[in-house]
Amino acid sequence: MKLSEAAHIAWEAILKNKVRSFLTMLGIIIGVAAVIIMVAISAGTEATIQEQITSLGSNLIFVQGSMSRGGPGQPPTGGLVFDDAAAIEDGVSGVTSVVVEQNSSETVKFGDVSFDDVSILGTTSGFPSVRDMELADGRYFTDKEIDRKQKMVVLGSAIAEELFGEDDPIGQVITVGTTKLTVIGVMEEKGIVGTTDYDSYVFMPITVVFQKFTPSMFARIMGDSIRMIYVEVDPDANIDDIITQVELLLVKRHELTLDTADFTVTTQQDIISTQESTTSAFRSLLAWVAGVSLIVGGIGIMNIMLVSVTERTREIGIRQSVGATPDDIRLQFLTEALMLSIVGGLIGILVGVGGAYIFGALSDMRTVVQLSSIALAFSSAAIVGAFFGYYPANQAALLDPIEALRYE
Amino acid sequence: MNGKRKIIETMDITKVYGMGDISVAALNGVSITIESGEFVAIMGQSGSGKSTLMHILGCLSRPTSGQYFLDGEDVSQLDKVQLAGVRNRKIGFIFQSYNLLARTSALRNVTLPLLYDHANPKSQEEADAKAEKLLDMVGLSGRINHQPHELSGGQQQRVAVARALINDPVLVIGDEPTGNLDSRSGEEIMNLLHTLHAQGTTIVMVTHDPKIAAHTQRTINLLDGVVDTVVHNGVKNKKVQYETV
Ligand SMILES: Nc1ncnc2c1ncn2[C@@H]1O[C@H](COP(=O)(O)OP(=O)(O)O)[C@@H](O)[C@H]1O
Ligand SMILES: [Mg+2]
Repeated sequence: MKLSEAAHIAWEAILKNKVRSFLTMLGIIIGVAAVIIMVAISAGTEATIQEQITSLGSNLIFVQGSMSRGGPGQPPTGGLVFDDAAAIEDGVSGVTSVVVEQNSSETVKFGDVSFDDVSILGTTSGFPSVRDMELADGRYFTDKEIDRKQKMVVLGSAIAEELFGEDDPIGQVITVGTTKLTVIGVMEEKGIVGTTDYDSYVFMPITVVFQKFTPSMFARIMGDSIRMIYVEVDPDANIDDIITQVELLLVKRHELTLDTADFTVTTQQDIISTQESTTSAFRSLLAWVAGVSLIVGGIGIMNIMLVSVTERTREIGIRQSVGATPDDIRLQFLTEALMLSIVGGLIGILVGVGGAYIFGALSDMRTVVQLSSIALAFSSAAIVGAFFGYYPANQAALLDPIEALRYE
Repeated sequence: MNGKRKIIETMDITKVYGMGDISVAALNGVSITIESGEFVAIMGQSGSGKSTLMHILGCLSRPTSGQYFLDGEDVSQLDKVQLAGVRNRKIGFIFQSYNLLARTSALRNVTLPLLYDHANPKSQEEADAKAEKLLDMVGLSGRINHQPHELSGGQQQRVAVARALINDPVLVIGDEPTGNLDSRSGEEIMNLLHTLHAQGTTIVMVTHDPKIAAHTQRTINLLDGVVDTVVHNGVKNKKVQYETV
């Protein structure tokens, strides 16, 4: 029997039992659609993360303060201080800019409107450029204004909107905690970066944060404590070399060793790698889930094909009686199983691609349909069909003609 | 070709079902010879081994022992695949219960054997033309696209006759082909078989009806798996073991 004839017979058998054929294909449809949608979601997520990370500005080293373990019998010492930043800028070659940041949270008020626990970010003048942020309106504070501890703020786009609505915030005076500050700028909308929603932040000179919002005991002893130093480096410089220099310098300043350091240094690249490894773990988990659903679909096909072979025992006997060989019968049922899985796979692709677009449109998550996932899902479906179709097809091929004809 | 060519020659064939204590010997040494162009009826009470013999003659099963030459070829030792080929090329089998494919047109039922003729593949047009001619011959030219459930029993059996003839078989076998039919439809089938016989087709058929058997050239009576009597045009020979006419 020619393959085209086998395909024809298989197609007619599928059409003769439309509902059952559809139910049989359902497992494969769901499996294939699941692969495509899940890969689209994880690819979309990954693309979003990549964009966010690169939007943070490239060639950045993050130095983050942490409590050191301290020596035996010594109290733990306390991370980074403001003067460390200046020391890095002066003492490490290849550094183009150093920005510091210290966080707090306070109640922010304007007129009748008041918000509790608003994130306050004390920074230096280079912050917008280092974090790749733009001013929508007004300007950022200058080094001179920072030195003079000028009481001014720049608002994130969301908090500006909530405090002032349509009105122009520039020049208005808001109350942060008990301190009155003048609004000199509004940031452009940034969206959520990593886990930080800069749009709802209030930015002010770091010196104002030291003075008004972190009355610190350490400050009197060691200098003003900061959370983070951003070190922007020359793109041509050797980043590992700079990291080593920064580490040695800070360890020396803090009178510690590298093992007891009270800070950690990470790079943009480290963050990308971490994100990539989490998304790839996520991806392989999804691939497993989808793979399992394809196998379940395959078992469904095997189940229905076994039922089908039993139901059509007499048909098999008739075909054998007019000369069908075991190979002819095997080919017929294998083709049918394969066709069920291929048609199921095609419907699954439609559902998957459509589902991914609809999901992307209706939810916050972005979906990017990957051609490779379509190819993978479809070929897996075909392989599953052939694999799970073989056993029932073989059962059919091995039937004895007379037994088969006698079957009621 | 004259009437001297042996189409069927069996030598002491037996068929044992099951094993050990519960085994049943359905055939117990059957030796018959049927020549080209003969029309032979097989009779015998229920359980005497008629169907078992037809299945072996039709290459649907193999004898447990003994030899079977079909058209000069020893087919008693062939494997499944080879037997399928022999069924396809040399035999047209008509069953009591028609055995047509459900939800398949008369035309497609008749062309079915051609699907499995690997050695001589025919184009769809050739196959259809031949099937249409045969359906015309059995009087169903107006019903080629009807499915079995749209046809009467007699019409279904005529489709089965057309199917049995599509591969120009050397032997047409019927296992009670009129058994499920009313007498008029049965007569139509018998008329068809007589026409085929007149055209030179070799036919062996099982029947319960002595009137039908009387219309054949020869009747072989089976009893408990052996040939009991052979009747030639009304002449009765007791216990003929090896018949050559
Ligand atoms: N597949 C089988 N397994 C066991 N016994 C069988 C089988 N087929 C037939 N027989 C037995 O063989 C004997 C002959 O059966 P069969 O050839 O069908 O007789 P008939 O067609 O003359 O009525 C009976 O005793 C029957 O029970
Ligand atoms: Mg019988």
